[in-house]
Amino acid sequence: MSKTPKEKKDTFEYSLRRLEEIVESLEEGSVPLDDALKLYEEGISISKQCIEKLNSAELKLKRLSKDAKGNFELFTEGTNE
Amino acid sequence: MNNHILSVGELTRRIKSVLETDFSNVSISGEISNFKRHSSGHLYFTLKDEDAQISAVVWRGRAANLFFSPQDGMKVIARGSITVYEPRGNYQIDCISLQPLGIGELQLAFEKLKQKLASEGLFEHENKKPIPQYPERIGIVTSPTGAALQDMLNIISRRFPSVEVILYPVNVQGTGAAEEIAEAIHNFNKFGEIDVMIIGRGGGSLEDLWAFNEEVVARAVFASKIPVVSAIGHEIDFTIADFVADLRAPTPSAAAELVVPNKNEVAENIINYYYSLEQYLGYTIQSHLETIESLLKSYAFNRPLDLLRQYSQRSDELGNSLERTISHRFTFVQQHLDSLHHRLASVDPHQVLKRGYVMVHKNGKVISTVSALLTNDEVEMQFHDGKRNVTVSQ
Repeated sequence: MSKTPKEKKDTFEYSLRRLEEIVESLEEGSVPLDDALKLYEEGISISKQCIEKLNSAELKLKRLSKDAKGNFELFTEGTNE
Repeated sequence: MNNHILSVGELTRRIKSVLETDFSNVSISGEISNFKRHSSGHLYFTLKDEDAQISAVVWRGRAANLFFSPQDGMKVIARGSITVYEPRGNYQIDCISLQPLGIGELQLAFEKLKQKLASEGLFEHENKKPIPQYPERIGIVTSPTGAALQDMLNIISRRFPSVEVILYPVNVQGTGAAEEIAEAIHNFNKFGEIDVMIIGRGGGSLEDLWAFNEEVVARAVFASKIPVVSAIGHEIDFTIADFVADLRAPTPSAAAELVVPNKNEVAENIINYYYSLEQYLGYTIQSHLETIESLLKSYAFNRPLDLLRQYSQRSDELGNSLERTISHRFTFVQQHLDSLHHRLASVDPHQVLKRGYVMVHKNGKVISTVSALLTNDEVEMQFHDGKRNVTVSQ
């Protein structure tokens, strides 16, 4: 069984979808101004986070194996730098 | 050796000695029938041709060395020694190696398995799982030493390095490769924390790729809850695993490209969104300004002070929130509102009344033309400091 199912909101895919939604609702134009400003702020912050994530990371390589008791273990391998 | 009477055991031992000496290393060709894989791991079957048949066995240790799964109807070359099983008086060939008679035999096996699995629905499109667009963790089932792995890692780290790749090392050919691959797929599913997996290897001969044509791999791919991308050999190589996989990539490199998006394209999309946000917020503000303006125009004459108070409050709110995010737009809004206030003040009727003008109301409506009044009409005259009711006399 998987240990901790990942909080879906943390994923890049979720962030991008949220960003798309925000842009679409602003595009529609019927959002009250206060809400529009909040959406704008959220959208700007998500785009920054996404860009940072794209730029910061370096490929992580791990190896999955099972120990004697059948538990899974992840070993970090050197990347192919 | 006159009429010397032998016991059954003695005869059998002599036969055994003759057969096992003379046929200690033979190669025979024949067709497999009554194939059975015993739970012990040993393989039992009959080899036959038009004229005769012989029992055959492959012991577990050697069975693991076979690159393919023997099956009924397959023509093979068996090399081994003849052994006699005394308790039953049987003889059989104890196979050291077993090979398909030709490549045609493998192709036949391929077609048979393909038909069988197709009829069970393993290749159906509706059973294919979608491949996630932005995976965070990618599982790879392949040889840790193969070029295929390096190719995939290079491409993934170039295209979209902010992912984690989890390798499950396996032998992709030879001894028990198919079982290892199947187990890796099962284990990735038990582990669960990956979004997609690639199973694959670089190019090779039909025999090299054979593990991916085995039923045990096909079943494991089909049973996987995690989407599987197959990446086996070159573009022209089609394996059973390719048919069952949720997505077939022509090569390992292509699989890497299919599984992760190009970071630059994604970044470009995000930047476009960023600009769209600015633009649409600008439109929203503009349209609110227009609304304010039109409201001012339509009601200003009747309730100017009230409106002024409202809009002044509104402009404070707008100003506050705008200031937090985009100060230049705030200035724009403020200036615009100021100028509206001026315009509003200039049409304030109270200013006009102070100068001696009188506003005439009839039934609550402002009268702006003499033709609206008849003799004896009751009207209200509004001065800057109060009202009087009068009757029109003429």
